Amino acid sequence: MNTQLKNGFGPKIIKLLRNNTVPLMFIIICAVCIPVSGFSGSYLLNEMVTRIARNSFLILSLLIPIMAGMGLNFGMTLGAMAGEIALILTADWQIWGIPGVVLAMIVSIPISALLGLLCGTLLNKAKGREMITSYIISFFMNGIYQLVVLYMMGPIIPIKHTAIKLPRGYGIRNTVSLLNMRQCIDNLLAINIGGVRIPVLTLLIIAALCLFIVWFRKTKLGQDMRAVGQDLEVARDAGINVDRTRIISIVMSTVLAGFGMILYLQNMGNIATYSSHSQIGMFCIAALLVGGASVEKASIGNVFLGVTLFHLMFILAPTVGAKITGDSMIGEYFRVFISYGVITVALIMYEVKKRRQKSQMGQQLQQEQMEEESK
Amino acid sequence: MEKSNTPLLEMRNIKKDFFGNQVLTDINLTLNEGEVLGLVGENGAGKSTLMKILFGMGVIRDTGGFEGEILLNGDPVRFNTPFDALAAGIGMVHQEFSLIPGFTATENILLNREPKKTNVISQIFGERLNTLDKPEMKNRSETAIEKMGVQIDSGMVINQMPVGHKQFTEIARELSKDHLKLLILDEPTAVLTEKEADALLESIRAMSSRGIAVIFITHRLHEILAVCNKIMVMRDGYIVKEVKPEETSIPEITRCMVGRNVDENAVSATEKVDDNKDVIMSIRKLWVDMPGEIVRNVNLDVLEGEILGIGGLAGQGKLGIPNGIMGLYEAGGTVTLKGKDVPLNSPRQCLDSNISFVSEDRRGVGLLLDETLEWNIAFPAMQIQDKFLKRYLGGLIKWRDEKAIHAVTQKYVDELMIKCTSTKQKAKELSGGNQQKVCLAKAFAMEPTFLFVSEPTRGIDVGAKALVLEALKRLNREKGVTIVMISSELEELRATCDRIAIVSGGKVAGILPASSASEEFGMLMVSQVR
Repeated sequence: MNTQLKNGFGPKIIKLLRNNTVPLMFIIICAVCIPVSGFSGSYLLNEMVTRIARNSFLILSLLIPIMAGMGLNFGMTLGAMAGEIALILTADWQIWGIPGVVLAMIVSIPISALLGLLCGTLLNKAKGREMITSYIISFFMNGIYQLVVLYMMGPIIPIKHTAIKLPRGYGIRNTVSLLNMRQCIDNLLAINIGGVRIPVLTLLIIAALCLFIVWFRKTKLGQDMRAVGQDLEVARDAGINVDRTRIISIVMSTVLAGFGMILYLQNMGNIATYSSHSQIGMFCIAALLVGGASVEKASIGNVFLGVTLFHLMFILAPTVGAKITGDSMIGEYFRVFISYGVITVALIMYEVKKRRQKSQMGQQLQQEQMEEESK
Repeated sequence: MEKSNTPLLEMRNIKKDFFGNQVLTDINLTLNEGEVLGLVGENGAGKSTLMKILFGMGVIRDTGGFEGEILLNGDPVRFNTPFDALAAGIGMVHQEFSLIPGFTATENILLNREPKKTNVISQIFGERLNTLDKPEMKNRSETAIEKMGVQIDSGMVINQMPVGHKQFTEIARELSKDHLKLLILDEPTAVLTEKEADALLESIRAMSSRGIAVIFITHRLHEILAVCNKIMVMRDGYIVKEVKPEETSIPEITRCMVGRNVDENAVSATEKVDDNKDVIMSIRKLWVDMPGEIVRNVNLDVLEGEILGIGGLAGQGKLGIPNGIMGLYEAGGTVTLKGKDVPLNSPRQCLDSNISFVSEDRRGVGLLLDETLEWNIAFPAMQIQDKFLKRYLGGLIKWRDEKAIHAVTQKYVDELMIKCTSTKQKAKELSGGNQQKVCLAKAFAMEPTFLFVSEPTRGIDVGAKALVLEALKRLNREKGVTIVMISSELEELRATCDRIAIVSGGKVAGILPASSASEEFGMLMVSQVR
C-alpha cells in the first residue's frame, strides 16, 4: 500500500492528517456540537474573544521551556501562585484599577523568579522527566502556598482588611473580590464590532508578548535554548552552560505565567484563593496540545488554535451534554474528561510518531538493499 | 625565524595505563605546520587514547592522567579540558557527529560562537540578549565551507542532510575557528561514499596547503597513501612503524597493523572443517538497523557443531548480526534454524527456538545487576523454559524451586570458577570478568542448541579471558552446541574458532578457515569499509 502511494498527493494528505490528529479531532467534535448546542454566532464569538484574551498570555508562557527542551512544564503553576499572592497583597493595600494590576505584576516578579529558580534547579536534576517532576513540584508548592496564605498571612505578613481575612483573624478567605479591578485592562480601549466586544488593550499586550517571543528566538540566549533543547550533550560540548540556560528558561516561564495569571484574574474579577491555580496548568497544557503542539515543539500558532478550539469545547460541552442527556452534570463531566483525554492522546501520539520514525529508518535500509540487488 | 625549525606539535614519551593495563608505551610524534599525518592501527591499538590525551579529554584525567610531555610550537602544554585544547588551536572531529539536528549548517558551524549585535535590552539585561547577526553568520560559515573546498548548502537543516554533508559541516565548524593550527580527524570517511571521501581528501590537501596540520585516522588505507606526508602504524600501544607513503604499500601496512608475529602464526590446532556437516542456521538478506552497527544484506551459513567467528572493525556491523537475529534491534530478511523459520523482531520466539545470546552489553542487557547470582543464572531458564519450578495443583501454581536454583548456580560457579562470596551475592558486586562468566552461565543454564556470544572477552583480564574461551570450547565439544562468536580481537577468534567470517561495511566480506594468515583477514577487514 505504501509503495503504491509513494509519490503522489495521497501520502502528503495522510501525513498532514497524521501530524494534526488532535486538532482535527477537536474541529470535528466542535463542528458537531455547535448546531446541537443552539448557541448564536455572536454569543459564541463574544465568548471566544473573552477567553482568548483571558488565557492566551498564560499559555504563551509555556513556549519558552518547550524551546529549551523541558517539555510541557507545570512550572507555570508556580508562577500562577506568585501572581495570586501579589494580587492578594495589592487588594489589601487597596490599590485598584490599572495601577493595581501593574503593581501586582511588579510584586509578582521576585516571587515568581524565586520559585522558578527553585523549580529549575530541581528539574536540572531530573533531566528527561521534566513533565512529571514539575507536576509533582506544583503539588508540593501548593502545600507551601496554603501554608503562606492560610497561616502566615495575618500574623507574619500583615493583612489589614477584614473583607479579605478569614473571620478567625488570620488567613485569607476562600474568595478575594477584585471588583474594583475587574476587567480594568479589558475595558480600556475596548471597542464593539457588530455586538462583539473586543478588549483591544489586552490583545495588544498579548501581541506584544508574541513579538517578544519571536524576537527572543533570535537572541543569543534564545539560540542557546534551542540548542540545549535539541541536544544537551552537543550544546555542552560547544561550551554552552546547559544548566543555567535551562534555569533561565523556567524563570522566564514562571514570571510570564505570573503576569498571565494576573491578567486572567482581573478578567474574572475575583480570586478563588485555594483553587484558581490548581487546574490552570492542566488546562493551559491541554489547550496547547489541542492546538497541535507536541512535547518538543510548539509555536505561537499552536497557542491560538489551541485556545480557540479548547475553549469552544468548554463552552459547548455543558450545554450539549445537558441537551443530549438532560443532565447538566454530564456536561461538566465531559469538560474534565475531554481535557485529560486530550493530554493522554497527545502524549501517546507523540510516542507513536517517534516509533514510526524509527521504523522508517529500517524500511529505508531495506529499500537500499533491494535497490542494490536489482543493480 | 626560529619558529620554522620548531615543529608545530611534539609528543614525547607518552605513556598511559588504564588501571595497570598499559595502553600506550613510549609514543613519540612530531608534526610540522601543514603536514598530514596518517594514523592507522587495529581497534584497541591506542589511536583514540592518544588523541584523547592530545585533546585533553576528561576520561584521561579521570583515569589517572598520563606520562610524557606535549609541546606546541616548542612550549610545553597540558590541556585539562577540550576547551583548553580548542583555545590553543587544536580542533577535533569525532567519530560520532556532534551536531544539533534541527539547526542549519550555519547555526551548527558557529554554535556558541555566533556573531552578535547589541541592542537596548541587551545593554540592560546582559549580553546573552544580543541578537544574532544572521548575515554575518552566513558569511562566516560560507567562508569556512569554502576553505574546505566542497559545496554544501549553509542554510540546510542538519537532519535533512546526507551523512557526508554532516561530516563536512563538522569539519567546517573546526575550520571556522580563526586560529586553528591542527585538526584531528577521527575516521571521518567511515560514513562517506566513495565520492564524498574523495572530496574530503581534496579538502585535506587544501587545508594542508593553508598551513593547517592534520592528523588523519582511518581504516581505509588507500586514503592514507593518497593524502598523507607521513604514516604511523600503531599496535598494542606501540608505534610499530613510521614511514613515508612513497616507501610503503597497503599489504605492508596491513601486515604491521594485524600481524602480531606474522611468521609464527601460532594458531591452536582446531579440527579441520568438515565440509559434509549440515547447515544448522542459514541467514539470508539480513538487514539490521542497529545504530552504529548497521548490517546490510548479509548471507551466512552456520554449520552444525562448529564455532564460527565473526570479526571485523568496530562500527562495521558485526555486532548488528546477533542483535538483529535475537530481535533486539529492528531487522529484516530470513533466518532459518534447522530448516524452520526464526521470526525476527521477536526476542521471545527466538529464545523459544532454543537460541541463546550472550550480549556485549553486559551491564545493560546481560545482567540483573541488583539481583543475586542465583536469580541471574536461573532467571531466563525459568522464564522461557519453565525450569527450576515446582508445580502444584496441576501446574496452576508455580513455585520457585530454590534448591534446584541453588544447585545449578553452584554448579556453574564451580565450573566457570566464578569468584564470589556466595551464590546469593549481587551481580553488580562482581568484577567484569566474573560478571561475564555469570552471563555465560545464564546462557548455559538454558542448554541451548545454538549460542551467540558477542564480545565475550571485552574489558576482562587475561586470566578470565582464557577461562571464558575454554568454557565456550568445552560447551562446543562436549555438548555439541553450535556457537557463533563475535569479537573484535582477531587473535582470539583464530585461537577459538573453526571458521571466521569478516564483516566489513555491513556485509560479509569473506569467510576463511582460522588457520589463514593474519594479512588475509586484515585485507578483508578493510575491503569494504564504508
